[in-house]
Amino acid sequence: MSDPASNTSLFGIHGMALELRSQRMGLLTSNIANAATPGYKARDIDFNAALSAEMNGASTSTALAQSTQYRVPVMPSLDGNTVDMSSEQVAFSENATAYSSTLAFLSDQINRVNRSIKGE
Amino acid sequence: MGNSTSGQMSLFDVAGRAMSAQLVRMNTAASNLANAGAVSGTEEGAYRPLKAVFATQLDKANGLATVNVTGVVQSTAAPLKQHDPSHPLADANGDVWISPVDENAEMVEMLDSSRQYQNMVEALSTAKQLMLDTVRMK
Repeated sequence: MSDPASNTSLFGIHGMALELRSQRMGLLTSNIANAATPGYKARDIDFNAALSAEMNGASTSTALAQSTQYRVPVMPSLDGNTVDMSSEQVAFSENATAYSSTLAFLSDQINRVNRSIKGE
Repeated sequence: MGNSTSGQMSLFDVAGRAMSAQLVRMNTAASNLANAGAVSGTEEGAYRPLKAVFATQLDKANGLATVNVTGVVQSTAAPLKQHDPSHPLADANGDVWISPVDENAEMVEMLDSSRQYQNMVEALSTAKQLMLDTVRMK
């Protein structure tokens, strides 16, 4: 596997990235949902680490388990909750934008393959 | 809600249950505000403020975490005794008991829970839009 991104699947790196972005969206939603739960510790996925782990042959679940970390709180609160709403919202919108871009790349790729099948 | 007890939790479960938890919190704040200054003829009969207790529920299979309301507890704050013999509810000593509601704290609680409810709606609608985009591939 010298170049797994282009060899292993039709969708290459974008297929992996979309899956990771979707998982990260779930995690960030969980953080926002638990903004008022005492003792909840916010978590996030190190996207770059997860993607490179997956490109080096790790499975999605392994890559996610390796790169999911607890967030370092900017300002810890007395009830033990480490959700900082502003950083969660920024992370969420950054992730949503990246998800959209990845989707656009995927869509292009599918169109390209479709065109070459039809011989246009 | 949906498959909240069995099977995998979805993003919609997370958001839906977080929103109902915030609604419970909003309702307790509204009840407390409605009973602010309520007078009772006995100490036991006085209104005690309610408070919702939240706990995280983690789905280990996919790492999603949602909120459960584990209960609504009554505050242990003592009602305020006031000497007011002219009050129709006053007891033999001429005392009445007033509910110990902190209006300012309840207002803040109400604002905070409605803000967090809005955040959840926002996150849910973004996630839903992205899912629809993926299904339609555009």
